[in-house]
Amino acid sequence: MTLELRDVVWSAGYRKIIKNVSIRVEPGEFLGLIGPNGSGKTSLMSVLSGVRAPAGGRAMLAGRDMKKHGRRKLAQQIGFVEQQADTTDRLTAREAVSLGRTPYLSMLSPWSDRDDVIVERALGDVDMTHLADRFWHTLSGGEKQRIHIARALAQEPKFLLLDEPTNHLDIRHQLGLLELVNRLPVTVVAALHDLNHAAMYCDRIAMMCDGELVGIGSPADILTPENLRDVFGVDANIEHTADGFCLVRYHGSRRINVANKKDRVA
Amino acid sequence: MIVRLIASPVFLMRGGAAFAALLLLAIVLAFAASVGETAIPVKTVMDTIANHLWDAGYSVDVIDAGIIWNYRLSRAIVAASCGAALAVSGAVLQALLRNSLADPYLLGISAGASTGAVSVVILGLGAGMLSLSLGAFIGAVAAFGFVALLALQAGRGTGAIILAGIAGSQMFNALTSFIVTKSASAEQARGIMFWLLGNLSGVRWSDVWLALPVAVIGLLICLWHARALDAFTFGRESAASLGVPVRRVYAVLIASAAMMTAVMVSIVGSIGFVGLVIPHAARFFVGTRHGLVLPLSALIGALFLVCADVISRVIVPGQVLPIGVITALVGAPAFALILCHGRILR
Repeated sequence: MTLELRDVVWSAGYRKIIKNVSIRVEPGEFLGLIGPNGSGKTSLMSVLSGVRAPAGGRAMLAGRDMKKHGRRKLAQQIGFVEQQADTTDRLTAREAVSLGRTPYLSMLSPWSDRDDVIVERALGDVDMTHLADRFWHTLSGGEKQRIHIARALAQEPKFLLLDEPTNHLDIRHQLGLLELVNRLPVTVVAALHDLNHAAMYCDRIAMMCDGELVGIGSPADILTPENLRDVFGVDANIEHTADGFCLVRYHGSRRINVANKKDRVA
Repeated sequence: MIVRLIASPVFLMRGGAAFAALLLLAIVLAFAASVGETAIPVKTVMDTIANHLWDAGYSVDVIDAGIIWNYRLSRAIVAASCGAALAVSGAVLQALLRNSLADPYLLGISAGASTGAVSVVILGLGAGMLSLSLGAFIGAVAAFGFVALLALQAGRGTGAIILAGIAGSQMFNALTSFIVTKSASAEQARGIMFWLLGNLSGVRWSDVWLALPVAVIGLLICLWHARALDAFTFGRESAASLGVPVRRVYAVLIASAAMMTAVMVSIVGSIGFVGLVIPHAARFFVGTRHGLVLPLSALIGALFLVCADVISRVIVPGQVLPIGVITALVGAPAFALILCHGRILR
């Protein structure tokens, strides 16, 4: 099963946010989506997840227009973790994960033991079983993010879409989360801010700039000094390690001589 | 499949709970019919009901029977329907708008109903073709349309609709006051004042046949969407990604809530605080799942308003207080208590 966008256009008001993007997500891969702020990553993720319909072009799942699948069927195939999704409701972590079963439930197929099993497994997948009965508002940012992912996993999706999942997490939790997502037996599409993280975990990287897809390929193909300069406006070197990974090293005005700085502060 | 469903323990438990709830409601209704300026024993109430339902042939004093059947029972059932409908509307609006302050009263529906009612009664709008209830209904729908439009123009934020509601309420209340002070006689003004604060005095069986079906059907529609409402916990986008047809659910449920409120307000006037407080009370007991919150809100709302009506009839001897006064007097402190308990906004 594939997830595919063809010549997709999406606009907010009169402003075109996404311009003619075509992209094809291959089964089993970890596809990273990078680009500067305002380049259209979030909008592209919501079109890809089926939450928003494209204004032009086609969004397709398994070769059929998403619209024809219907909302429920889509939700059974695509799990989507938004950037900011919080609530003031007093619900437990387990209840939040249970919401992931929504696309499978109806009046004639009510909650069953099987749903319990799936919810427990999703909690286990993100190492949150021990916190399952805690109330949502008592969880830390990283724990909330894990619960969101567990909720998406409870949908038993083929595709897991994550919009900047490591935002607001400290470095240990950032890496832990990406490590966890990488282990999961699903196709992953993640919008990422940290280029080194993208280089470490992604099979392919898609690069957005100003609403357009300006490149897609292996980390080594996409993360080049030229691209980083043109798209992100930063100077950087790319170091290639012996085991085939690459590493972005940014140039900046190095730390200013401390004595010098002291003078200026004084 | 169906048989297995019905025989499942969850289903039996829910059935039992529903039965217990209806039983409790019936007891309170009977109690409400027995209390009043002339106290009538519950036994007499039961006999009267039996006489009317299946010609049981008990001998009951004709005047007592008349008071119970034509006056108190119809009134109590309307109060129950009204409480249930307002509470369910509040619960639904709070879930959809992601705002614990959402309430039909706050969204201008009641204010619009008042303007509609006043326009008919005092200005004679509709040239006698419109009843007060119909006028109130049209006003309610118009006001809600106005508020919804304003909120849409103002943007998507959850605060927008509340602010729009406040603007709408203020405007329609001002219109009402304007009409009343400009055109009403002292007698009319007093009558309108009474109606505005909620008044069950004129309620008869014809009102029951409007209020009861609206409340029941409204509750069923909302219950049918209970899981969809749960999916709104983390907002609209999240609900969409969980497979909920967001636009349709929004349209159906907001229309249901607006209709329920409009119908109830048109029968009994505007009764504040029920839609706001009762859902919070229900969540206090059963958590956030709407499969439980909605029926419990309906039950508590019904019981609350029946009791409030009884209190309004007996608290000042020889006089009936507007029921809105009682609901606010009880509701406001109750709300303050819940707020301080930190169960709403953490």
